[in-house]
Amino acid sequence: MEVESRFLDAFFKWQLIERYSPAILHGVTITVEIAAAVVLTGISVGLLLAIARTFRFSPLSALIVIFADIFRALPPLVLVLLVYFGLPNVGINLPSFAVLWLVLSLVLAAFCEEIFWAGILSIAKGQWEAARSTGLGFLGTLTYVVLPQALRLTVPPITNRTIAITKNTALGTVIGVGEILNQATTAQSFSGNATPLMMGAIAYVALFIPVVILGRFLETRFAWRRA
Amino acid sequence: MEAIAQQFFNIAIMQRALPLLLMGLQQTLVLCLLVVPLGLVGGLSFALLSRAWLRPVRWAAMAGIDFFRAVPPLVLLIFVYSGLPFAGVRPSALTAVAISFFLNASSYYGEIYRAGIESIGFGQWDAARSTGLSTAQTLAYVVLPQAVRNVLPDLISNTVEVVKLTSIASVVALPELLYSADMARSVTFNSSPLVLAAAIYLMILWPIVRLVSRLERRIAA
Repeated sequence: MEVESRFLDAFFKWQLIERYSPAILHGVTITVEIAAAVVLTGISVGLLLAIARTFRFSPLSALIVIFADIFRALPPLVLVLLVYFGLPNVGINLPSFAVLWLVLSLVLAAFCEEIFWAGILSIAKGQWEAARSTGLGFLGTLTYVVLPQALRLTVPPITNRTIAITKNTALGTVIGVGEILNQATTAQSFSGNATPLMMGAIAYVALFIPVVILGRFLETRFAWRRA
Repeated sequence: MEAIAQQFFNIAIMQRALPLLLMGLQQTLVLCLLVVPLGLVGGLSFALLSRAWLRPVRWAAMAGIDFFRAVPPLVLLIFVYSGLPFAGVRPSALTAVAISFFLNASSYYGEIYRAGIESIGFGQWDAARSTGLSTAQTLAYVVLPQAVRNVLPDLISNTVEVVKLTSIASVVALPELLYSADMARSVTFNSSPLVLAAAIYLMILWPIVRLVSRLERRIAA
């Protein structure tokens, strides 16, 4: 009994839940806003880069591969710190949420470019040739024949990658973006109690469990067929 | 241009920071040797439990996988590191990293193993069992070797993610590569140590990223 009430007091203290709910909810809106912006820019830039590679102009393709490799190999937190502390010293001042958005968008774009490109490559050459022989131009073939088939294949890996990268919005706390984790740790240090941390964790789970389950559904629905 | 070189590619500062960063790198490697095996073993257990005979066990394993895939690793780490003390357990930074990475990495590896095991047809099970192999033997000698082979690119690419993720240990002041680089940055007011750290991460991970791309393409083809 004693242990139980101490536990409840440390992790589920009602007064604190009441006091800090507005802050956590504010964090939720910021997390959702940044995540939505990252998903939008990251996936579209990734798709544009993959399409750019279909022109097979080798200097451009090489640049895209280098970009994708670097942003897939570097830890996002390294990039966040580098951009956040580095840019002001060369005269570019970005607010911390913009830094987080920029870095996560670039990371997502790098991964999406690779996935979309693999999808495009997986479409047999005969499809290109057949479409071209019906009189469709290069762009027509790409838009009406190749991309619709390629994109379908990429739905599950893109979803999983997107979930993984939007979860990185939590890294924003390190540079002071007021997202959920930041609100929770601030409230925790003010109140000297773990309840706000528990609230933050619950907020994240509530946000992301539906997405994770959606991802699993998409995985079976659009099975990424391999050999 | 001058300012950019000065701020990001200052060789003198990089030289001074290098010994500190190498110590950090050593800590990062130790961390990887700790958390990657933990995740691989934990993931296999998650995957096997998610295919257990008992339905409640199956559900619990799946719920665990989904739960820890939904929580951002940094949230988990901070919860373990600064939340658990309120429950009377005071983990060191290293223990906190080990616990949170174990839970996070196991759920991702678990999902990958699960997909691999499911990719092996029932005929394989039936055939192996009919030759007199027990369930455990079938799993160990017939199913797992093929399953792991099928999902090898995913296993390697997730390992890259885990190695990259060790950088968040810097948030709980574990002196790994990124932490050392950030220390050097805050002392020198110059971003070159961070660039150097990025270069070190790149040197380690870039070959593996290339390898994964090639493996993925070969299997997709």
